[in-house]
Amino acid sequence: MSLDKTPPRLALLAGLVLSAHAHAQHRPQPTPSARPAAIAPADLQQLRQQIDELKRSYDSRIQALENQLQQAQQQLTQQAQQTRQAQDTAQDAARTAATAVATVQQPPAEAPPLADAGSASSGANRFNPAISLILSGGYAGLSRDPDTWHPSGFLPTGGEVGPGRRGFSLGESELTLSANIDHLFYGAITLAVSPEDTISAEEAFVQTTALPGGLKLKAGRFYAGLGYLNQQHAHTWDFADAPLVQQALLGGQFKQEGLQARWVLPLDRYVELGLELGNGQGFPGSERNRNGAGATLLSAHTGGDIGISHSWRAGVSWLQTRADGREWTSTDALDSTTTYTNAFSGRSRIWALDGVWKWAPNGNGRVTNFKLQGEYFRRTERGEVAFDTAGVHSVDAYSSAQSGWYLQGVYQFMPQWRVGLRHDRLDSGRNDFGANALSLALPSHNPKRNTLMVDWSPSEYSRWRLQFSDDRARQGIVDHQVFLQYQMSLGAHGAHSY
Amino acid sequence: MMNKTSLLGLGLMLAGIALPAHALKVMACEPEWAALTQELAGEHASIYTATQALQDPHNIQARPSLIAAVRNAELLVCTGAELEVGWLPVLLRQAGNGAVQPGQPGMFNAADFVRKLDVPTRVDRADGDVHASGNPHIQTDPRNIAAVAPALAKRLAEVDPAHAADYARRLADFQTRWGQAVQRWTQAAAPLKGTAIVVQHKGFPYLSNWLGLKEVATLEPKPGVEPSSSHLSSVLTKLQQQPARLIVRAAYNDGRSAQWLSERTHLPVVVLPYTVGGSERARDLFGLFDDTVDLLLKAAK
Repeated sequence: MSLDKTPPRLALLAGLVLSAHAHAQHRPQPTPSARPAAIAPADLQQLRQQIDELKRSYDSRIQALENQLQQAQQQLTQQAQQTRQAQDTAQDAARTAATAVATVQQPPAEAPPLADAGSASSGANRFNPAISLILSGGYAGLSRDPDTWHPSGFLPTGGEVGPGRRGFSLGESELTLSANIDHLFYGAITLAVSPEDTISAEEAFVQTTALPGGLKLKAGRFYAGLGYLNQQHAHTWDFADAPLVQQALLGGQFKQEGLQARWVLPLDRYVELGLELGNGQGFPGSERNRNGAGATLLSAHTGGDIGISHSWRAGVSWLQTRADGREWTSTDALDSTTTYTNAFSGRSRIWALDGVWKWAPNGNGRVTNFKLQGEYFRRTERGEVAFDTAGVHSVDAYSSAQSGWYLQGVYQFMPQWRVGLRHDRLDSGRNDFGANALSLALPSHNPKRNTLMVDWSPSEYSRWRLQFSDDRARQGIVDHQVFLQYQMSLGAHGAHSY
Repeated sequence: MMNKTSLLGLGLMLAGIALPAHALKVMACEPEWAALTQELAGEHASIYTATQALQDPHNIQARPSLIAAVRNAELLVCTGAELEVGWLPVLLRQAGNGAVQPGQPGMFNAADFVRKLDVPTRVDRADGDVHASGNPHIQTDPRNIAAVAPALAKRLAEVDPAHAADYARRLADFQTRWGQAVQRWTQAAAPLKGTAIVVQHKGFPYLSNWLGLKEVATLEPKPGVEPSSSHLSSVLTKLQQQPARLIVRAAYNDGRSAQWLSERTHLPVVVLPYTVGGSERARDLFGLFDDTVDLLLKAAK
């Protein structure tokens, strides 16, 4: 990488050497003109002074030259070493070819060093953002029609929920571009290509890097810091799908469009506080056509190490968002072909508790490690519901309190191999539709799901996963699900958060 | 709730500023740089070491404790050359500490100051976890430590000018002791020249280069990829044609594949401390090389 700097450095060095020569020839000229025989004591004194001065100036110049030389030598030896490597490979190739022709004296120019190739592709490209690409896809075998999937006892959410399509399918491919923008900002965009060939910006944000006092500001679209898993990209999850609670209460991953401020406190212990203001258009909010922020999120996280082998992180977050005519479709209790459009307006609040604990012997997870993670969400909604907005339009007060949690453990029992178990549970809790109860009442049901997963990662960059789920989200229906999934990471080395 | 907490935090921050005796807060990514910083800064620095000798510096979790350490650090001393690429960038982004971002005086990469070996002529992940800027395991050659020391002392003086004279004095002292020690080790290890070795991970090119060891085989089929049984048997075949005298691995490596090979070839396995803290004797940089050289000499007898 540094090799491309060699030519100018060498030129500089050559220039310095030449100029030093020129000085050396030029400066002493006055002295030889004063011949030894004609030297007076005063002249001698002057001469000494001149020589001393000369010596001093040369000392510093030589020092500078030596430094330059040392640097150049380092570059040269590096280059020489590469040349040697190139020669070695060339020689090896020649030897295997077993020709009688002499193998020595391969011109080093035949194997150009890497950096040269880089510099040839113009300087402008060097500022290209880091590119990383996630390829994923797989197979899903579902014993029940995925179109009927819906956690009974909960209002439909829309969005990316459910087990997905049956059979082979392309998963979400993600392309992330990221770079420092300047000395103040960092920016990143993640484009997701869905199996249906639509492209969407999963995240697109700018973030400060140089604010004082451990403060960070982010603006744009980003995954909200609600709990633990919500802010991670799907390819870093340990299971093929999101926990039920995230699907039922948030409609998948909750994104914000707005501002995020985070502050890591100046303590020896990690404590981070977060504040987010978003437009609140994602479920459980809705588009509102207002100037003010629709969603407010507060979060606090802490964590640390216990000994050398254990680490943990835990936190609490609180989200308040507003819905203005958040629509869903219900079917008539007696005639399933008749559907109604209904709407909720009001506020939705979510409390989330999250905890992660990781174990690795001596903190080295290369051979074995274990990760336990769990989250609890409780959502309360209050406002009014309009039943059959296109027809009778019956409006009355609505309130609900629902919750859910999951707990999962993933164990790497040998290098490259992990096994995981997850338990999901939801509590449909209280749904009070007031006067609309007869038309809209939801069944009281506590959806459950158990999931077993095995994955194999031949390297840091690829992973194959087999997953079995026993899904009881629908009342009275058991869905046996099997997923085979691959996830591959290309390009820039992604660094994963805890 | 939040107001109270932030007030408390603010109070603590002010208390931190008001403390009179201020030690420079340094986070060293690896133990060898913690040890070198200790040599050069002494009591002027309070050093947090992010990893330890039994951990694989390529694979570190971006743990909350590390975020806090980066948040509070005034100087990060790391290897660089992409060794920490899997975790340090996340820490830097999450900690929100502008003083230690890349390019700032607070971010010191040791590998910038040594001549790197194994610079790949092509970069392809099919070749395993290659480092585009060369092999980052520079700490196994004491001459590299000697090259890094003056640069680090200069950086310490830049970040903490109040103690610049002390850093210069300590550097001179360290250089004298280190120079003598390197001479001693080099002489003692002279009989090792030309010794053929098998290494577990491509983590010893600098050691081999220094002592003139000859690496004939690697247990990892590709850098960062776990040794497989098929690859190990090919190593076994290779060793029949090109015999080696030692199997060398770092303290943090999983010992099973080296053991497997040792049982079949009757070659001794040398577990090198690899960094400070990797063995009982490797308590500081001097102990690290005392032990490394002794272990190699003993096994090669």
